Amino acid sequence: MAEVKLRDVRKTYTGGIEAVKGVSFDVPDGALCVLVGPSGCGKSTLLRMIAGIETITSGEIRIGERIVNDIEPSERDIAMVFQNYALYPHMSVYDNMAYGLRNRGTPKAEIETRVREAAKMLEIEPYLKRRPRDLSGGQRQRVAMGRAIVRKPAVFLFDEPLSNLDAKLRGQMRVEIKKLQRSLDVTSVYVTHDQLEAMTLADILVVLNLGQIEQIGPPLELYSRPASMFVAGFIGAPAMNFIPVRADGDGLSAEGGGLSGARGFAVPKQGAVLGVRPEHLTLSGIEGGALFDLEVMVVEAVGAETFIYGKLPTGKEVIVRLYDNIPKVGGRITVSAAREHLHLFDSGSGRRI
Amino acid sequence: MKRALFQNRFLPFLLIAPQIAITMIFFYWPAIQALWQSFLLQDAFGLSTTFVWFENYKHLYESAEYYRTIGTTLFFSTIVSFTSLSIALLLAVQADKPLRASGIYRTLLIWPYAVAPAVAGVLWAFMFQPSFGILARGLRELGYDWNPLLNGNHAMTMVVAAAAWKQISYNFLFFLAGLAAIPRSLHEAAAIDGARPFRRFWTIVFPLLSPTTFFLIVVNIVYAFFDTFGIIDAMTGGGPAKATETMVYKVYFDGRLGGDLGGSAAQSVILMIIVIGLTAIQFKYVERKVTY
Repeated sequence: MAEVKLRDVRKTYTGGIEAVKGVSFDVPDGALCVLVGPSGCGKSTLLRMIAGIETITSGEIRIGERIVNDIEPSERDIAMVFQNYALYPHMSVYDNMAYGLRNRGTPKAEIETRVREAAKMLEIEPYLKRRPRDLSGGQRQRVAMGRAIVRKPAVFLFDEPLSNLDAKLRGQMRVEIKKLQRSLDVTSVYVTHDQLEAMTLADILVVLNLGQIEQIGPPLELYSRPASMFVAGFIGAPAMNFIPVRADGDGLSAEGGGLSGARGFAVPKQGAVLGVRPEHLTLSGIEGGALFDLEVMVVEAVGAETFIYGKLPTGKEVIVRLYDNIPKVGGRITVSAAREHLHLFDSGSGRRI
Repeated sequence: MKRALFQNRFLPFLLIAPQIAITMIFFYWPAIQALWQSFLLQDAFGLSTTFVWFENYKHLYESAEYYRTIGTTLFFSTIVSFTSLSIALLLAVQADKPLRASGIYRTLLIWPYAVAPAVAGVLWAFMFQPSFGILARGLRELGYDWNPLLNGNHAMTMVVAAAAWKQISYNFLFFLAGLAAIPRSLHEAAAIDGARPFRRFWTIVFPLLSPTTFFLIVVNIVYAFFDTFGIIDAMTGGGPAKATETMVYKVYFDGRLGGDLGGSAAQSVILMIIVIGLTAIQFKYVERKVTY
């Protein structure tokens, strides 16, 4: 049981490349914190610094009450699940799980109990005598988790643990990780580039970009009030539509027309970027909302929902998610979005206005 | 297997002809000659030859001297392989760490492999030469009465050192490649699992290197059996008092210097059987069994 606290953590590689540029956040006891961002954003480096397998250039990392900057990985009371599982190929599943306990001089009987217990929880009991190469991807994933669980660490670290699994299995394991984390109630830091994983797993979501934090908060808060265009575009699928806008007495307008309504927004003189999610656009007119006149370019029926790829007169693409009254390609539609679903961003900095 | 297509029916045969010719002339022909000669007995002047069936083998079977040579060979090859493999592994583990000048370090370690055995032998013989060799003088200054020309154990130490030194490069290269094939995340996982570097090496790295190690053991034994002829010839000539005479050296000694062609040929045939055996082991196990 421990909190994880990062204070102005930096990582500069030899050669001067800054991978992490001053990151601070807290993970409360028992919470699952997800670090998400595109590749190269520094999320894995950050996790490896918490684990102790990457040195910290400056700043401070605390696990519980201790500053762990100069403490060996094995002494940090953490367990890590690697992307490629990092199972010891020459050891049986049992030995893989027991290895960490043996190194710490845990009594044999205790090891046996803990390994059996974890194996039962993860439903890998029948495979305890097998070698990792005789297991499927999903089973290996479970063994990797088992190896972390038996140690009963204060913190779990996950480095993109599901990215080597196929889509169906990934969904399944995602739910299991969530359940497991809840039932064990262990503070966890989870790294992923998959926004769906991030949204569904996180208690606290940390969006990283270019080695810096873009926004921290509960996932739904990031979804409904993104602090920047980067967060807005990263969270949610399909991604949020962005349209450059200006404002006058009649409300918002886009260059070349096609946009009206939504009076009373304070837009800087040089203009701003309007963000609106595909799922917030509807065919019914909403009082006081923004209206978009679109030419229908492509209709993509996914089954439960249909995505309409529309075009404003300027050629700017706008995606709309609809459930019925699906228009024909080449037709024109007017869709609207409620005021609370309109996001304005500074066109220079990309920050929320 | 992919079938290559040739327009000309004879071209493929023409292309492999040089290799076939070399194999025939330098491998099969001498092998058959040796086999045939091992059944013959020549008089001391080479004037008459008698077909004696297995007489030469029987003679070896009853010769205490031959057993001593086998003993010397086993001892020599075990010590050479073990020494060379351990030093190479130690160096490879060090070179596998991120080092500033790792490129230079690795290149320098590979050089000895390019030295011909006889040259290596002369080089080491110079260093160990009792009166002016640099290593011999050092030993003498430490109060050690070093004389490989008279003392068999000293001579053995000397040839072992030279033979092992020459093979370190080869072993080093394979160990380095083997180490590079172990994913970094395994080291990291073991570090998090609380294994200190020393324990990590013996529980994770060494077991994962075992396919490489097994392959190298076979290669090193073959090397110590056969390729060290040049070193022994240049350094000790099998002496003093046959203390460094290996099986291969005895073949040369009995045949060329002793004039016992039949006995020498019989010894060659025995060595041939050993090589065939070692190669079979290598193919059978290295290619399949010990892999992860």
